Amino acid sequence: MADAGTLTSATALEDADRRKAWGFVAPALLWTIAFFVVPFAFMGAMSLWKREGRDLVRVWNLDNYARFFSENALFQGLVNSLEITVIVTVISVLLAYPLAWIIAERVPKRLQRMALILAILPFWTSYVVRSYSWLLVLSKNGVINQLFMNVGLISEPLQLASTRTATVIGFVHFFVMLLTLTIYSNLIQLSPNYRRAAADLGANAFQTFWHVVLPLTLPGIMTGAFLTFVLCIGDYVTPQILGGNNELVLPQIIMLQLGRRADFPMAAALSIVLMLAVTVAYLACARWLKIERA
Amino acid sequence: MLRQISASVLSWTYLVFVYAFIFLPVAVLVLFSFQDGRLPVPPFNGFSLQWYEAVFADRKLMAALGNSMVVALISSVISVLLGFLAAYALARYKLPGSALQRGLLIAPMTVSYLIIALGLLSLMNALHIPLSLLTVCIGHVVINLPLCFAIIYASMGDHHINIERAARDLGANDFKVMALVTAPMLMPSILAAFFLSVTFSWDEFIIAFLLSRFDVTLPVEIWSMLRSGLNPKTNAIGSLVFLASVAVLLFLELSLFGRTKKQ
Repeated sequence: MADAGTLTSATALEDADRRKAWGFVAPALLWTIAFFVVPFAFMGAMSLWKREGRDLVRVWNLDNYARFFSENALFQGLVNSLEITVIVTVISVLLAYPLAWIIAERVPKRLQRMALILAILPFWTSYVVRSYSWLLVLSKNGVINQLFMNVGLISEPLQLASTRTATVIGFVHFFVMLLTLTIYSNLIQLSPNYRRAAADLGANAFQTFWHVVLPLTLPGIMTGAFLTFVLCIGDYVTPQILGGNNELVLPQIIMLQLGRRADFPMAAALSIVLMLAVTVAYLACARWLKIERA
Repeated sequence: MLRQISASVLSWTYLVFVYAFIFLPVAVLVLFSFQDGRLPVPPFNGFSLQWYEAVFADRKLMAALGNSMVVALISSVISVLLGFLAAYALARYKLPGSALQRGLLIAPMTVSYLIIALGLLSLMNALHIPLSLLTVCIGHVVINLPLCFAIIYASMGDHHINIERAARDLGANDFKVMALVTAPMLMPSILAAFFLSVTFSWDEFIIAFLLSRFDVTLPVEIWSMLRSGLNPKTNAIGSLVFLASVAVLLFLELSLFGRTKKQ
């Protein structure tokens, strides 16, 4: 009897606890549902409507998606986005890894934090301003063209701005900083014992790096690369400022639908395509990505 | 020996090369904000503060600066508060579907800002809700809440549970435990979450661009300045924002993270 009594009071307590816990988590959940899940679902539904003339046709159809695959101007946006994103991710990893490695291995311990902070300092320039500042470097009368002309390397200014190269440079600049940070924090956690063991077993510096250090830092590389992919493929500002109106990427095409044509259903359909591209990338990297509680 | 020296020369050369690449645009930006002339490109004509004067005299720019501060502060406070409450509930209580709830709270992090903005914009249009700084705030909480939740949740180690239990045994209710025990213990990560949110909101463009109308934030105002092409005034406001961020970063490094390192 007494046992039964404590049991009920224990469950009653648990119920009260659970109600309280729901109360604490509810505001965040409701916010996410109201302002993320619902709009997202609404957008998904809208991508199945279409715009005809000035009217919105609220009948389920796949016309927007069919148009996306058949109209070269739209489909090319995805191709451009993927190409630029893959190029940027690869170049950024290749540039950032040696930098992170040198900071972790060659720079004296007490200076490492300083070196790292310095390496990511321009990260804190405003996002829009960062692309603009590359314009100062790359434009027709910009720093590089004037320098090259003064040295006599070229006689006519090069077309550097408003090209895919400019977009790639702007992106790489941003993501080298990000990747240096993630790869460095991965490298620094490696116990030196692994390397000692490899050396004891007769591996030279290159073999140690290739067979031991690199595989162990792969999670850091993949986390950074995934982040690069997601941020790069969804960005509108950098391609718009640096790439100009040549070789439009998907976000630029989405914004075009919003602006001149006010074709929300098409913009929604293109966003879903963008989402799917990110999801595929996520599935490809999923086994290296983890969110854990300490 | 020779190989070691050449390897180290190579390392340092590489370091200098990448640092030069990283700092080139910022250096150009700041240098030509002092340009005595109309174009922020070489040659450098001489030192002048006229563009900074122009920035401070620009009413619209100053209003945008104020709007950005308000939006960043309000959205960050809401994000940290909601994120903290949710982290507390999910780390300390057994709730059904807690993995799903965590997934849901983190989910906006994996979606491009453009898509979040577009979704909110279509919804606001459909519900005939006028766009304003309020809608920008809502959007910024959507992107910052996952971040705050993840950071605070990650730092809620199980070793804190006993201290909270002791407080509860001594008669504290949940709110007292949270305010007087949990929050102070987690202060470094709460502050980190807060300042990260402020930075993200402060710098965010596409949501602020699509969800605002008459009052705009600083990145949106700078965006509209870009239409006039290369302009030393844009350099000046860009340099100011950069210096302000670096000052905040230095302050954090010296106060917050300096302290946690010692502990």
